[in-house]
Amino acid sequence: MKNFDTRPLALEIKKIICENENTNTYVFEHNLKSKPGQFVMMWIPGVDEKPFSIAYDDGKQFWLTVCKVGPATAELFKLKEGAKVGIRGPFGKGFAFKKGEKLALVGGGYGVAPMYCVAHKAISKGCKVDFILGARNKDLLLYTQKISGLHGINLHISTDDGSQGFKGFTTQVLENLIAGGAKFDHIFACGPEKMEYFLGLIAEKNGIDCQLAVEKYMKCGFGVCGQCAVDGSGECVCKKGTVMNWKKLKTLSEFGKYHRDAQGKKHYF
Amino acid sequence: MANLEINFCGVKFGNPTVLASGVLGVTAASLRNVVRNGAGGVTTKSIWLTEHPGHKNPTMFGTEHYFMNAVGLSDAGFEKAETETFPEYMKKKPAPIIANIVAYKLAEFGVLAEKIDKLNPDIIEVNISCPNVEDEFGKPFACSVVDAAGVTKVVRAMTKKPLIVKLSPNVSNIGEIAKACASEGADGFCAINTVGPGLAIDIDLRMPILANKVGGVSGPAIKPIAVKCVHDVYKATGLPIIGTGGVTTGRDAIEIMMAGARLVGMGTMVYYREVSGFKKVVKEMNEWCEANGVKNIEEIIGCVKM
Repeated sequence: MKNFDTRPLALEIKKIICENENTNTYVFEHNLKSKPGQFVMMWIPGVDEKPFSIAYDDGKQFWLTVCKVGPATAELFKLKEGAKVGIRGPFGKGFAFKKGEKLALVGGGYGVAPMYCVAHKAISKGCKVDFILGARNKDLLLYTQKISGLHGINLHISTDDGSQGFKGFTTQVLENLIAGGAKFDHIFACGPEKMEYFLGLIAEKNGIDCQLAVEKYMKCGFGVCGQCAVDGSGECVCKKGTVMNWKKLKTLSEFGKYHRDAQGKKHYF
Repeated sequence: MANLEINFCGVKFGNPTVLASGVLGVTAASLRNVVRNGAGGVTTKSIWLTEHPGHKNPTMFGTEHYFMNAVGLSDAGFEKAETETFPEYMKKKPAPIIANIVAYKLAEFGVLAEKIDKLNPDIIEVNISCPNVEDEFGKPFACSVVDAAGVTKVVRAMTKKPLIVKLSPNVSNIGEIAKACASEGADGFCAINTVGPGLAIDIDLRMPILANKVGGVSGPAIKPIAVKCVHDVYKATGLPIIGTGGVTTGRDAIEIMMAGARLVGMGTMVYYREVSGFKKVVKEMNEWCEANGVKNIEEIIGCVKM
């Protein structure tokens, strides 16, 4: 029978790794049994609870990489190693791929974390992986060393301002790779929705399967509150996704255009 | 195939299942998706006159037996209902829609009811029974005979549409409350809202799980309370009732109808059986009717031999 207990599990923050000024990785020792692309809800006791994608899970420990973006994450950043938080999940559907396939992974901004999770798993399954890592500038590039440390991976870096790697967007790097003759079975991505939208168009033009991790405002994580229901199908991203196929996403009237807040009000990108 | 059609206050429902207020239903697309998944009708999340923030997370969790929530009635306000939710839902309306409204002052209920009436919902449901906003607004109106009747009167004055009142189980005599609402012009009821509020403690962190500390209890555990309340209201008033509370299967739905419910509200069912659970419940109701020689579902309403 399905496990219906979605109460938070109190876990100790075993280690905090500072990725940059605004980004920390939180290490927990627990067998989460997650798939790459899934997410958890992390409860910062007395503050709030927010969704975070899983950056790493080896069955013994898992990592959550968090960017300080608002009041809840600002409070999280005050916690020290040894503090306890509540974890619910994993929730959602992950990325689908098979042994030995050729993957283009695109991580934009803090969207890189879950793509690292995919890369790690994919390489252990004998996949050939091209990883396109992008950020606005070199100080915001995350996981550069961790990714380049993965055996046999091809890492391509881009920054909007050209301070490191290719000057421009991840989408251009992908187009250049394809134009240069690279063949992919899948394009997987996590990052700003606009970036994902353009990746979808590129994938479609080139006849490549494209799976994108979608970020929407969430409360429950299990398809009840309706906060992440998307216009078009009305389905909940936390259940149908967060990883969804471009073929589905392109039919959703809101994808790449707007998102909703905690009250359900629209905000255009 | 049994006939599962229901006439509720003159509104025709394709089957007795209705999405309860507060689950899904943030947008028109979400409501349509619920109908696509088999619901005979839908209820909006509670609509406020103006934007209402709701509580911080955690706002809900479930266990095998019960579910708890304290969302705190988050809503973008009437403007969103007027400009987005209703116009989008009403285009080729897939099933009847019940507008659930909420306010914390009598006068505001009146203003909101008048505005909602113009959006042309099939039914107006008045939420006077949410247990999750007591810190903000005090005891719900549904917990007092005088207050429950007072709200009914104010809303009744503003609309000719079918008007139902959503009742609280957290009272000593739900029948008396229902009678008082009926005497002020309520056409029917939705019974029940969540039970409690209850308190769940995380023993490792030694603090309440919900950010609001307390929250309404729903899910399978509350079904016997809901069935009893529905029967009490049915006996007291004889008016149509949307029986809501812990209904998760077709057999549960039949049971609450036998207690007197004409329609069956489901919210937490989505947690246990996903949104497609509506289709499954309807199928199970049909199977039960066929196995028991029930040709028309209306036959069983209130049929329990007490």
